[in-house]
Amino acid sequence: MAEAKIKTPLFHIAKRDPASMKWYTGVIVRAVAVVAALIVSGVLIMLLANINPLEVYSSMFDGVFGTERRIWNTLQDLAILLCISLAVTPAFKMRFWNCGAEGQVLIGGLATISVMFFLGDVLPYPVLILVMIVASIAAGVIWAVIPAIFKAIWNTNETLFTLMMNYVAIQIVAWFLKMFVKSGSGVLGAMPEYGLPVVGGKQFLLNIIIVAVLTAVSFIYLKYSKQGYEISVVGESENTAKYIGIGVKKVIIRTLIVSGAICGIAGLLIVGGTNHTISTTAVAGRGFTAIMVSWLAKFNPLTMVLTTFIVVFLDRGAQQISTAFGIPSSISDIITGIMLLFIIGCEFFLRYKIVFTKHAKEVA
Amino acid sequence: MIAFIVSAIRLGMTLLFGATGETITEKSGHLNLGIPGVMCVGASCGCFAEYLYLTAAGENVSGVLAVLIPVIATLLGGALMGLLFSFLTVTLRANQNVTGLAITTLGVGISDYIIDKTGLIYISGATYFKASLPFASKLGSFGEIFLSHGVLVYAAIIVAVLTSFIFNRTRVGLHLRAVGENPATADAAGINVSRYRYLATCIGCGIASLGGLSFVMDYLNGNWEYIIDDIGWLAIALVIFTVWKPNLAIFGSLIFGALYIASSYIPGISFAGKELFKLLPYGVTIIVLIFTSVRSRKKNQPPESLGLNYFREER
Repeated sequence: MAEAKIKTPLFHIAKRDPASMKWYTGVIVRAVAVVAALIVSGVLIMLLANINPLEVYSSMFDGVFGTERRIWNTLQDLAILLCISLAVTPAFKMRFWNCGAEGQVLIGGLATISVMFFLGDVLPYPVLILVMIVASIAAGVIWAVIPAIFKAIWNTNETLFTLMMNYVAIQIVAWFLKMFVKSGSGVLGAMPEYGLPVVGGKQFLLNIIIVAVLTAVSFIYLKYSKQGYEISVVGESENTAKYIGIGVKKVIIRTLIVSGAICGIAGLLIVGGTNHTISTTAVAGRGFTAIMVSWLAKFNPLTMVLTTFIVVFLDRGAQQISTAFGIPSSISDIITGIMLLFIIGCEFFLRYKIVFTKHAKEVA
Repeated sequence: MIAFIVSAIRLGMTLLFGATGETITEKSGHLNLGIPGVMCVGASCGCFAEYLYLTAAGENVSGVLAVLIPVIATLLGGALMGLLFSFLTVTLRANQNVTGLAITTLGVGISDYIIDKTGLIYISGATYFKASLPFASKLGSFGEIFLSHGVLVYAAIIVAVLTSFIFNRTRVGLHLRAVGENPATADAAGINVSRYRYLATCIGCGIASLGGLSFVMDYLNGNWEYIIDDIGWLAIALVIFTVWKPNLAIFGSLIFGALYIASSYIPGISFAGKELFKLLPYGVTIIVLIFTSVRSRKKNQPPESLGLNYFREER
């Protein structure tokens, strides 16, 4: 009689117990992922453009910190991306997949530019700024709260709803530009005279200060306030939240108001504090990048400073190597994509462990 | 009017590829937001293959090969991106939204890089893709609307019908839907969840990327100047619009195609008005999304476990 052969798999995957994990495991695993990603993208650049990878990295570093101006630009990029990341964080912590930051920021920017455009020479400057702030926040809130209301009441899929709202916002901006730019070029000239005030003689300082304050406030809000606690409970388990008497619907709508308001501020900073004009690509995909930044930081606003920095570093650094070595600027997207995929992938090793099967001695 | 319908069909069928591919993926419970990137990469692979083939063949170009080679390259390119996505989400159980967005960043970057690097803003093979039946032009408007299209337009319809048949009438389709609705139950019934999800994602990405190829070679006549991730998002919208049914997507894609280009065919519309018109496909999708969730009919819902990863030991 043929013996029945039982195949034992070489290994199986089990969940890690978070409590038994050493504190440094997370750091090591992530560091390995970042290094691996750098190696892969370095090899890729070497193959594509035939450049020494070490030269590439030093050039990237130069592009990010090379001159005082570059440092300011880096800080500015950091501030804007961090602001959008902070905006999506409360929603994501609640497991509300808000893919609409792109649109929420853009519509906030549109509100800002509308105020600058139509009321710029009507209102006195301080009132103008005040109206800009209120308008941008209101616009962001409206764009975020519509999907939230439908999610809360009818459980409408928020990922898809917010995604569609992005395109509605983009088309409205396109319409605005075609409608009110009289030259027909579709490019609105910058209006720095109606922009946010310049602090300390540095153009981007105000943006950076605002975002720094916002980061601290978000951290406290999420970690120590009652509302922040409610957000994490709803995110962990909606049923638990219901049992302990949290009004889930109310929390969803309230959180998205917060999220949308910060998006509106990001729009204000981009349009009122930086570009002083608007285009359909003003947000430039940062609404999506922010989701990854926030997720990588485990929704912790302080860690987010670091993850934002990684993304901004890659982006600005890649722009530098593209000009320095004459390779297309899209290399920055490729490098960022590789880095993100590696960091996303390495999370697996933090949540699960691979257990190799010990072969049992055969019983005679 | 006829030109409008013909145009709408050509754009619509491009979207239909994308929507069918994404539907297959979503039916297995995976929400792939990387589709725009996948379509870009697929189109780049196809266009690049076409360029290589046409340069290599020189004078004696075979019309069949000129279509077949790019199609295969596109399928492979798309499937490869799908493999990357499914490795991260199925094997490594990474968050699907985040992975998808990263794939889109990567894919757009890759395709943009290829365009920039090779300077191929025009691919000359469009005539092979648009070759139609010789007698189509003799049949008046009927011929023009139904018979004048290139091979990919008909392929899109065939793929959609076939997919719909597989979903509803075969065991494989039943298993696939089971995996997407409730993977734990499917697993208990002896269905290999991981294999279904891997295959559905790779095949879905392959089919979706054909949409990218068809957009460049058929709809844009080989002019490959811009990044085409817009149609990827439109395809995702179409999936919702047609409530995860590929056979409905055939008509849905026509409506989307028509809405998207309608502004160019309405006499006397201002430039600004055109932009508002382009908002319609997205606006309509939102309304459908709201409508299906408010009515909450079992038949029209997204797959139950859409966007959730499955780990057997988790409960």
